[in-house]
Amino acid sequence: MELFDLTIHELHDRLQRKEVSSVEATKAMLARIEAVDPQVNAYITVTPQEALAAAEAADRRIAAGDIAPLTGIPIALKDIFVTRGVRTTCASRILGNFVPPYDGTAVAKLKEAGAVIVGKLNQDEFAMGSSGESSAFGPTKNPWNLECIPGGSSSGSAAAIAARTATATLGTDTGGSIRQPASHCGCVGLRPTYGRVSRYGVIAYASSLDQVGPLTRDVTDCALMLQAVAGHDPMDSTSVEVPVPDYTKALTGDVKGLKLGLPKEYYIAGLDPDVKRAMDEAIETYRGLGAQFVDISLPHTDYAVATYYLIATAEASSNLARYEGVRFGHRAEGAANLIDMFRKTRAEGFGAEVKRRIMLGTYALSSGYYDAYYLKAQKVRTLIMQDFLKAFEKVDAILTPVAPTPAFKIGEKTSDPLRMYLSDIFTIPVNLAGTCGISVPAGLSAAGLPIGLQLIGRPFGEETILRAAHAFEQATAWHTKKAGL
Amino acid sequence: MKITKAEVDAVALLARLELTPEETETFTGQMDAILAYVEKLNELDTSGIIPTSHAVPVENAFRDDAVRPSIGVENALANAPDRVEGFFRVPKVIE
Repeated sequence: MELFDLTIHELHDRLQRKEVSSVEATKAMLARIEAVDPQVNAYITVTPQEALAAAEAADRRIAAGDIAPLTGIPIALKDIFVTRGVRTTCASRILGNFVPPYDGTAVAKLKEAGAVIVGKLNQDEFAMGSSGESSAFGPTKNPWNLECIPGGSSSGSAAAIAARTATATLGTDTGGSIRQPASHCGCVGLRPTYGRVSRYGVIAYASSLDQVGPLTRDVTDCALMLQAVAGHDPMDSTSVEVPVPDYTKALTGDVKGLKLGLPKEYYIAGLDPDVKRAMDEAIETYRGLGAQFVDISLPHTDYAVATYYLIATAEASSNLARYEGVRFGHRAEGAANLIDMFRKTRAEGFGAEVKRRIMLGTYALSSGYYDAYYLKAQKVRTLIMQDFLKAFEKVDAILTPVAPTPAFKIGEKTSDPLRMYLSDIFTIPVNLAGTCGISVPAGLSAAGLPIGLQLIGRPFGEETILRAAHAFEQATAWHTKKAGL
Repeated sequence: MKITKAEVDAVALLARLELTPEETETFTGQMDAILAYVEKLNELDTSGIIPTSHAVPVENAFRDDAVRPSIGVENALANAPDRVEGFFRVPKVIE
């Protein structure tokens, strides 16, 4: 068992008992990154000097008797998180060599807790993608099979957990971008309720859908990470003043009498056989633990993808208007005038998927089309939200697959964007409803690729889904399986 | 056809994007397919439904009208592609 194989809580115990130092753990992690990441491409920027300085500070703190759960733990961040003094790219060329003058709130909180940031992780550009293939820094590979996608958009965040090149990571989830790569890479991924974690310092994609969340080796680690970053932030007016409970207290192992809903719209006839098998086994496991099942319906599920690809793209077209070469990032040369500069800068700086979504969003918001597309989508969003609120009158949590299939091959869906979009069907509704969802390892396909299950909770119901996820994890061994690297 | 090449070019101008002819061609086909797909929302009767613009019930998140420090001119200009003294410099706007 190497230092980079330890979970947060395992490493924390050793640090607390002074069996190992943060510097040793960090050096081991940096060496692991150097050895393995060239094959995986999970990292855009590794920060060894800053990491070792933070590790030394953590060791001094621990020696003085001051140790928090994340103190001294090597953590990596999706490159969507703005980090002071460290180049931040959002996996795009358009940010050029942008070096932020500030840390976002989630980052600042991790640093305050003494976490050691080892680097910035690859992702789909501007969080737009479901496979990790849409990055200006090349695709990230799935450590379980390097010819397969790791999922996206938090591709590096999930791949690093699977490759053991970070103890825990932070990602973002707008349409499934934490849960889906977590499922494809065999790790835990949580999308908290909208407003639970501050979005200050998180490069915006779709402001009403984006949320920050952890990707980790197990559910205990997930609770520890959420604990560290959750809470109201005056710098994010969409963050809520709901008190932050002690999430670790939710991990009781007891799900007797827990009512789990099975929405018929998610258990479709054509579900991939590997996914179906994993879900059937999961249902049996939960029955054995004393949970009860309720058949429910989320009737507007089939409209979720269309709703999302209008709302998210519209919000993105507005959010990405700021990338124009004036104040930071790339600026095109040889422009005839200001508008020409904007057009050339953005043409040179954005990748195809980003351009496509900006175009869709601009169209959906444009005069003459706004009512038919954007406004209509916002109304359907209300119907989708109501589906969930009605369901939560009858159940405590909802159990579903995360992805329709295990990880597909790199290049398999890139020529057909719509086909790629349709694979987000099980995760998108949670974002539209603004509520929380967690993906936990639940099996391996016949080809040896991870399959996750999803638990959806009511708004601010993270404790319930953490409890249910933890109980399942402790009753199975999927979270202990390792990719071959 | 849900969208024509001419419309795609018009949207590109609104979005301040310069597309190559190949891109216009490809995007027209892809956007056409996507817009045809999202038509399915019209299967739903949404009369009387209030649109959701905000996922959680939060309103009027105000703070006190008190001056707080900001990042300062040097930080603000630190990543500027082109700067002159305390300003960002851009191609001429007014002829």
